[in-house]
Amino acid sequence: MSLSKQEIAQRIAQELQDRWYVNLGIGIPTLVANYIPKGIDVEFQSENGLLGMGPFPLEGEEDADMINAGKQTVTVLDGGSIFDSATSFAMIRGQHVQLTVLGAMEVAQNGDIANWKIPGKMVKGMGGAMDLVASAENIIVAMMHTNKRGESKLLTTCSLPLTGVGCVKKVVTNLAVLEIKDGAFHLLERAPGVSVEDIKNATAGTLVVDGDIPEMVLN
Amino acid sequence: MINKVVQNVEEALEGVQSGMTFMLGGFGLCGIPENSISQLVSLGVTNLTCISNNAGVDDFGLGLLLQKRQIKKMISSYVGENDEFERQMLSGELEVDLIPQGTLAERCRATGAGIPAFYTPAGYGTEVAEGKETREFNGKMYVLEHAFQPDFAFVKAWKGDTAGNLIFKGTARNFNPMMAMAGKITVAEVEELLPAGELDPNQIHAPGIFVQRIFKGSDYKKRIEQRTITPKL
Repeated sequence: MSLSKQEIAQRIAQELQDRWYVNLGIGIPTLVANYIPKGIDVEFQSENGLLGMGPFPLEGEEDADMINAGKQTVTVLDGGSIFDSATSFAMIRGQHVQLTVLGAMEVAQNGDIANWKIPGKMVKGMGGAMDLVASAENIIVAMMHTNKRGESKLLTTCSLPLTGVGCVKKVVTNLAVLEIKDGAFHLLERAPGVSVEDIKNATAGTLVVDGDIPEMVLN
Repeated sequence: MINKVVQNVEEALEGVQSGMTFMLGGFGLCGIPENSISQLVSLGVTNLTCISNNAGVDDFGLGLLLQKRQIKKMISSYVGENDEFERQMLSGELEVDLIPQGTLAERCRATGAGIPAFYTPAGYGTEVAEGKETREFNGKMYVLEHAFQPDFAFVKAWKGDTAGNLIFKGTARNFNPMMAMAGKITVAEVEELLPAGELDPNQIHAPGIFVQRIFKGSDYKKRIEQRTITPKL
C-alpha cells in the first residue's frame, strides 16, 4: 500500500529533532505540523515573517493581519515572534532555520529540484522556494513518487526549469524514503507493502539498493 | 520634531506621474496600502512599474490597477491569484519579472541602505541567474543582485505618529519596513495617527526618518484571501 499524503507527512515528522526551527511549504509539507513527535519542541517559521506559527484560529477569531505564507489565517504561539521579510530571509539564508520541507514536480539524482515553472503554462512565481533551497542545510522533499500520468518524478536530470541545484538530500514519497548522495537515489525505507521492485519501476533516476530495505514504521 | 503629516491621500500622492516606478508593501492582501492604491486608480497614471511581492486579486489590491491597464511591468515573487493578470501576461500587454522572495526583500532593503548590489545564493544555476554576475565564496556560488530605483514607496502601518514613526501589526509588517526605507518619497498610510510622543520609541518598527508623508487612511477593507479556521469542539 502506498502512503497517503497524511502518512507522508507523518513519516517526515519523524525526521524532526528537538529545538529545530522548521519551514514547511504549501501542500503535504503543511501537514507535517500535525504529527510532531511527543517530547520534541520545534518552532515553525513562515517566510512572510512569523516564527512560532500556531494552528488556524477559532471561528470568529480570524485576523486579516495574521496570515502564513500560503495567505491562510493562522495564530502565533507563546514564544513566537513577528518580523519583516528581510529579517525572515536572513533567518533562511543565514541557516538559522534547521529544516525546510517542500514539495516538488521533479527531483534529480544530483539533488537538483524543479517546483516552480512549467513552460507554456501560467507561471505563478517561485515565491520563497529559491531562497529556501539555496540556503537550507537540510531539505526534505515531500511528494508523490510519480505524476498524474504515472511518470516518475525522480529523474536522472530535471526536465523542468530548476528551482535550485544540488540541494536536496532526502525525499519522502508515497512509496519510499530515499537519500540523495554521490549522484544517485539511495533507497532507505519502503512504504508498508511496497516492494523494492515497485520502487525500482517508479524511479527513472539511478536507484541504489543496498542490502535489505526495511519497511517504514508509522506510529 | 519634523512633522510629516499630510492632510489626505490626494496630498500624499502629489507628484505621482505616469511612467514612474513604485514599491507597494504587503504580502498577498495583508498589509497593502489600500488608500494609496485607490488614489493611483483615481489619478489614472499609466505605464507604471510596480515592485510588490504579489499582484493582488482581480478586484482588490493591485488588481484594481491591472483592471485599468495602468501597470506596464510587475516585479514580484508570486502572482497567479488574478485572472486579469494572467490574461495580460499571456497576451504580452504586461511585462513580468519574477524574482525570489528573499532576493526581493533584500533588494528593497539594499535600496534604502545605500548598498548598490549584493550576492545571494538564491537562484544560482537557475534561469533567475541568467545574464547575472556570479561568484564563489567559501566554496559556494552566489548571484549578484542589484538595488532598485523607486520614485515612490507606498506602505501601510497599524499606528503612526506625526513624526512618521511606524508600528505594524502581525504579519502585515512583511515588506513594508524595507520599502519605507527605499522610497525616494515614502508615503505611509496608517490606521491610527497619533501625536508625536504617544508611541513608545522602543517599539518603533520603521523610524520616521524613512517616511516623507504620513496620513490617516480610511475605509480599510483588510480582505482575507484564505479564511482558514480550527473548528470549535
